[in-house]
Amino acid sequence: MRVGDRLPPLEIPITRTLIVAGAIASRDYQDVHHDAELARQKGSPDIFMNILTTNGLVGRYITDHFGPGAVLRKVAIRLGAPNYPGDTMTLTGTVTDLDGATAQVRVVGANGLGHHVTGTVTLTLPEEAGS
Amino acid sequence: MTELYEQLTTYEGRPTSTSGVGKDLVNTPMIRHWCEAMGDTNPAYDGPGAVAPPTMLQAWTMGGLSGHTDRSGAYDELSALLDGAGYTSIVATDCEQEYLRPLRPGDRITFDAVIESVSPRKTTKLGTGHFVTTRMDIRADGQLAGTHRFRILKYAPAAREPKGTRPRPVINRDNAGFWEGVGRHRLLIQRCGGCGTLRLPWLPGCNDCGSPEWDTVEACGAGTVYSYVVMHHPPFPAFDPPYAVALIELAEGVRMISNVVGVPYDKVRIGMPVQLEFLRVDPELELPVFRGGEV
Repeated sequence: MRVGDRLPPLEIPITRTLIVAGAIASRDYQDVHHDAELARQKGSPDIFMNILTTNGLVGRYITDHFGPGAVLRKVAIRLGAPNYPGDTMTLTGTVTDLDGATAQVRVVGANGLGHHVTGTVTLTLPEEAGS
Repeated sequence: MTELYEQLTTYEGRPTSTSGVGKDLVNTPMIRHWCEAMGDTNPAYDGPGAVAPPTMLQAWTMGGLSGHTDRSGAYDELSALLDGAGYTSIVATDCEQEYLRPLRPGDRITFDAVIESVSPRKTTKLGTGHFVTTRMDIRADGQLAGTHRFRILKYAPAAREPKGTRPRPVINRDNAGFWEGVGRHRLLIQRCGGCGTLRLPWLPGCNDCGSPEWDTVEACGAGTVYSYVVMHHPPFPAFDPPYAVALIELAEGVRMISNVVGVPYDKVRIGMPVQLEFLRVDPELELPVFRGGEV
């Protein structure tokens, strides 16, 4: 593995079920994440994914790629365009730093509206990959 | 500094939770529900010796449907202050987490949080408001397990302006035939009755020979992008920037200004082949536009 390596993209269909299941699994009962009518009253065209779900998906993207031996150390994300039902988010990643067994990956999740999430993940690589 | 902002900054450094306690011990069912929702099949989160997904950190501190009972007044006061100023909507914008030790089923979660900063008033695409950043230390059985910095925007939603209609073409006796053709989905080029030179836009006389006589030729619809600009600013009602405005060279040799559709604005190129089509922009108006890409 080298700095500049790209991770294979992961496409995530943004379903209503994913948005609601993610919100409830993260204990986030804000109405904009499960009630379309109230979301519209608040000026949003539909319900949208909560940040905790985005965070979970970014973490999954990294450990899916590096394997169960990889340990997440830091996840820093910023949200942009919301994930609305019916969209698809494509996560891509680039290795931006490598120091021994510690790697840093820049992650972008793009949907039909633009960048939903941009962020940086720091992880400890599994032993076999780090050597 | 505005009076409100001055008031808001007095909350910087104030705790929002002191020794908050997670409503549930770290537990297998909640981990499983999380993994199911995320589609995460990582074996590290399952079976004997399982750990919780690190990104689940904040979930253990959430108040859930019954809300927070141990939150200090500072956060609610700050929220009320912002609500009162009209910043009633909320959206999370940033989350930065550091994981110092894995959380395992049975761990008892406690947390302390502090309002780290309140931004000056900012105007964003969503509306105008203030960013509020909190920092939380999360402990498992008393031992620091992670830190969580969280930023939200409390804002007044930007009023959605009713979408205007496209400007009407100015139709007069010199160009009425052109628009009448558009109404029948025909792009008509004027041809000089004297010298046969084609012209577009329509004019009362020929620039070459001066003859006022003319008839029309229907454009076949094929063309290429001769030149273009991308419109970003200023936005006009009924237009959704950025978009490409192009000078299209028709197969017949004359040029006209139009829009390129079917291609992202930043993929329009000089020389790109395009094909005429008619776009109904509102019930009263149809316009000739050009579709790029696969022609």
